[in-house]
Amino acid sequence: MPHRELRKNNFLHIEDVYKSYGKNLVLNDIDLSVEAGELCTVVGPSGCGKSTLLRLILGQEQPDSGEILIDGIYAGGPDIRRGVVYQKYSLFPHLNVLDNVLLGIKLNPSARCTAEDRERAISYLERVKLGDSLEKYPHELSGGMQQRVAVIQTLFVHPQVVLMDEPFGALDPGTREDLQIFLLELWEEQKMTVFFVTHDLEEALFLGTRLIVMSQYYSDDKACSGSKIVTDLSIKDDKKAYSTAAKYSEDFQDLIATIRQQGFDPNYRQHVEEFNLKHTHSFWTK
Amino acid sequence: MSLLPNKAELLGLGRNMSRPLIVCLGLLPFIFLIAAYYFGSEARLSENPSDKVMPAFTSMFDAFYRYAFEADKRTGEYLLFNDWLSSMKRLGSGIGLAALTALVLGIAMGLFPIVKRSFLPFITFCSIVPPLAILPILFIIFGVNETGKIALIFLGTVWFISRDIYEYVGSIPKEQIVKTLTFNSSIFGLLYRVILPQIMPRLIDAVRLSLGAAWLFLIAAEAIASTDGLGYRIFLVRRYLAMDVIIPYVAVITLTGFVLDSLLRKANVVFYPWYVAKKRM
Repeated sequence: MPHRELRKNNFLHIEDVYKSYGKNLVLNDIDLSVEAGELCTVVGPSGCGKSTLLRLILGQEQPDSGEILIDGIYAGGPDIRRGVVYQKYSLFPHLNVLDNVLLGIKLNPSARCTAEDRERAISYLERVKLGDSLEKYPHELSGGMQQRVAVIQTLFVHPQVVLMDEPFGALDPGTREDLQIFLLELWEEQKMTVFFVTHDLEEALFLGTRLIVMSQYYSDDKACSGSKIVTDLSIKDDKKAYSTAAKYSEDFQDLIATIRQQGFDPNYRQHVEEFNLKHTHSFWTK
Repeated sequence: MSLLPNKAELLGLGRNMSRPLIVCLGLLPFIFLIAAYYFGSEARLSENPSDKVMPAFTSMFDAFYRYAFEADKRTGEYLLFNDWLSSMKRLGSGIGLAALTALVLGIAMGLFPIVKRSFLPFITFCSIVPPLAILPILFIIFGVNETGKIALIFLGTVWFISRDIYEYVGSIPKEQIVKTLTFNSSIFGLLYRVILPQIMPRLIDAVRLSLGAAWLFLIAAEAIASTDGLGYRIFLVRRYLAMDVIIPYVAVITLTGFVLDSLLRKANVVFYPWYVAKKRM
């Protein structure tokens, strides 16, 4: 699809984005266009700037050049269109679980916290087995419980896009899988757009409908540093979540091996012309 | 099990001790001090019954009773209570004003770089000026009545509390601020619901730690120019070597300080349990 059309129709549109810290170029000409309702997972080796890209979309930082549009409007600073779940510090230590979830409503000047909101928050929390912990403070919760509250806290105000920065990165494998399933349930139910950054390729493939691999390990004909998108694939054309059994299928494992080589191996330098950008919404402006 | 602690409980490294043992060990130096005073006083008084340096406990009690429960013949006032009230008013106003100023300054410096850059070096400079050295200046400017004394306590504590609050605001993760903005919050929402509730327990802690300094400045100011107050009385009766009044007064000051400290500590435990738990971690 031509990028003008993508720019007009797609929900999240990133064009020609560069970002550097001092002399160190981190993002080198990022072009990315994401449809509404997509669960877009972003992986890459550490230091590839995937979290930087997330912060740019969130508005926590601004790009050096290029444009980021959300629903056709410039990203600007953080606002209610975008929700965020971090790996830590997502919860407010001085509020109990219920008040953490309700904070989003209480802070919004154009909303009022009603008894109905309270009921809704409690029913959400009961669904994720936190009904007994409403009065508890974050420091009294385990890491998995904290992240469940953090996800609900963000989704409670219905942002148009949910940005997640390695939200399950600090959890043990069992808890992690529980939360992945919990996220997929919510995503199927609410049809929201998710931008999910992780360093775990298996997690990215299991969760995503679209996989973006970013990497600083590639070659072009100039001596350029900075990460580019090296892989852009549609992984679930039907946009339905997998069952966990999919993680053990042969195709899944093959895909992991290929991507691990193309994106994560510092010695395997793919040329820019060979990038695996097969997604129909993938574009590249020169 | 014997009631007496065994050798391991007393001398083992990192041992957990039983509650009664902890209390007994804590009381030991106090008992020792009181006993030493008692025998010293006995010895001196048996040599010279009119000795004033180490009065007996009975004469201290008599003096305390006179000052606390007998109305002054001239004014009809209870001296100890009057002194205590005047001192507490000065202490409260001084440190209260300092806490309020520090709260505003600390939050503003923590949130807004422009405020930080224009005030932080100045505050660092001011915090080094010895407050007692500028006491004469304060007395000249504000006069020797209440304002001068309150100003001394204020200037003696405000810089420390401001810097402490500023540093604590800075330690609030940036993620929390960004998250607050994604809830469409106004700056007032951010202050009122996110920053202020997290700062309050820290402010209480900072005030608690500043109380020692505040007492010092209070007593110094009262000793130099005053007509009432705990510090005034102590330095007044010093002229007559009235140890039997001085020692009970010091005890009252110490007890007041101890109660204030415990109350502030308790306030944090009751109102900000998450803060106390975080500090222990």
